[in-house]
Amino acid sequence: MKKKILVIIAIVALLAVSVPMSGCSEKVVLNVFNWGEYIDESLLDLFEERTGISINYKTYDTNETMLAKLEAGGSNFDVVFPSDYAVSEMIRKDLLLPLDYNNIPNYKYVDERFKNLGYDLENKYSVPYFWGTIGILYDKEKVEDPVDTWEILWNPKYAGQILMKKDVRDAMGAALKKLGYSMNSKNDGELRQAQQALIQQRSIVAGYYGDEIKDMIANGDAAMGLTYSGDFMELYWDEEADFSHIGFAVPKEGTNMWFDTMAIPKTCQHKKEAEMFINFMLDPDIAYQNAVTVGYPSPNTEAMQRIRAEHPEVFELDAFWPDDDIISRSEVYVDLGEYKSVYNQLWTEVLVD
Amino acid sequence: MRRMRLLAYPYSVWMAIFIVVPLILVLLYSFTEGDIRNLAALRFSTRSYERVLEPIYLKVIVNSFVLATISTLCCLVLGYPVAMIVSRANPKVRGMLLMFLIVPMWMNFLLRTYAWMSILSPNGFLNRLLELVGLPKLEIMPGKTAVLLGMIYNFLPFMILPIYTVLSKIDKQYLEAANDLGANKARTFFKIILPLSVPGVVSGITMVFLPAVSTFVISGLLGGGKTPLIGDLIEQQFMWEGNWHFGSSLSIILMVMILISMAIMSRIDRNGKQDENGRAKA
Repeated sequence: MKKKILVIIAIVALLAVSVPMSGCSEKVVLNVFNWGEYIDESLLDLFEERTGISINYKTYDTNETMLAKLEAGGSNFDVVFPSDYAVSEMIRKDLLLPLDYNNIPNYKYVDERFKNLGYDLENKYSVPYFWGTIGILYDKEKVEDPVDTWEILWNPKYAGQILMKKDVRDAMGAALKKLGYSMNSKNDGELRQAQQALIQQRSIVAGYYGDEIKDMIANGDAAMGLTYSGDFMELYWDEEADFSHIGFAVPKEGTNMWFDTMAIPKTCQHKKEAEMFINFMLDPDIAYQNAVTVGYPSPNTEAMQRIRAEHPEVFELDAFWPDDDIISRSEVYVDLGEYKSVYNQLWTEVLVD
Repeated sequence: MRRMRLLAYPYSVWMAIFIVVPLILVLLYSFTEGDIRNLAALRFSTRSYERVLEPIYLKVIVNSFVLATISTLCCLVLGYPVAMIVSRANPKVRGMLLMFLIVPMWMNFLLRTYAWMSILSPNGFLNRLLELVGLPKLEIMPGKTAVLLGMIYNFLPFMILPIYTVLSKIDKQYLEAANDLGANKARTFFKIILPLSVPGVVSGITMVFLPAVSTFVISGLLGGGKTPLIGDLIEQQFMWEGNWHFGSSLSIILMVMILISMAIMSRIDRNGKQDENGRAKA
């Protein structure tokens, strides 16, 4: 019996020793964890060529999956790409390391409008990577009325033709904005009203979906849906099919502006190299190439100027470059803290009839 | 004998690490609250279970059981005749028919559900076909009908295969004897074939009902998220809301209910077998 215990202790000790050992290999490998199809992958090779640091690249599909992996422990990511509200949540849960801007001089190229926002007030932990809005993706052949207000998602004329985003923040946010409230409201009365609006809307909603909304509208299955501006940009840049009958509008009441950021989680073992990588991604040449490939607006001013010179037409699109007054009425999601469960409860009640 | 026992060790270790420990953790989380990363700081609480009893969640549970029961019954009604046809086909054809049943299962379940989406969607394959021949369009997706169709499609093989196995093992002499004694086809079916196939039916029902009651994704994709099932609720708690305690208690409740239904089914099975023995004696 004693022997067995000794063997177990020996194994555990070996494991304990071997974990930190794997970190001191000679060649530094950066573990980068990004959203799927959200980078020009040739840039990873370029980074390795320039710095000799190789990259182990992995992808995820939602902030929640990424958070779940980090929180469960056992991961060794060096750079992650959380969205705004996820950044706040990660700061609150103490999962991020503060950035050393001496190693990220290219931060100066980031548009001043997109610095120091509510989710990370002094950009102590995160640097914006891409940004966009949520709005209404619609089929111009099926929607006769002008699409410029959230009200259209409640118009009974389009019963059975409306798709809502199956996401508590986006759905509640649209309802709150329609009622003239903040998307980050923590007022029980306002939240109740928003919930009532969503319950009332339920009978004309065809279905609640996630990433499928883009494909369903492109396929003619529905007339309009609440979704990310990025979904429209993907259809816009599609070279194989013509989606010119699909439009995207940001309602005049204002909307959510989302930011995906680059941040360094506490699991990072090569902070300096991780900061080099972030700096590399902010380089105007690199950011330009990345933005052209991904197709989303970049917060990098230099990269944007070059795109404006080449594709002035995309700056006419709500999905790419919404008007300044819409931006001024828009909000960034902030972490709801304890109110997260209130939102979730209200939203579950909307979905269960 | 001793050497045989050694062979079972890898599986026992596997079971212990990947089945027993997670189950204990789920049970632990379901009866506690606090930071899930810090097991030592968890506090005992029955709040998650109290929450399950709220009308809204009871409704989700009832919905799941109703949909699972309907799809199991449909699978039985559709599957039994198919199992009979396959078991009576000549061996060459039989192999081919079995292949047709099994081949779709080689494909990932998620992919098959997405395929159903593009078949049933308002502007999908089926509706374009109907339009082409001048028939009115079907409006079933997103909706409960589409969810049921998806469930029946996905789980039908689990009904057919066990019934087929039992049917193909029935001794032909019983049927010949019944025939000789003047029983017509209907009588032979109800007095001989049906009672003898009860074990297959029971395991078919179990194998369809279990995945059907705990399924997720299908209702989201084909039902447009308007009828969330208990599986969707559990996924939501773990993946979106990060409330592992409530997710765990929902899982435990689901497990208990599944165990109860299995106990009921095995009792029916046992009664069926007793009948069979009784008849054999007579």
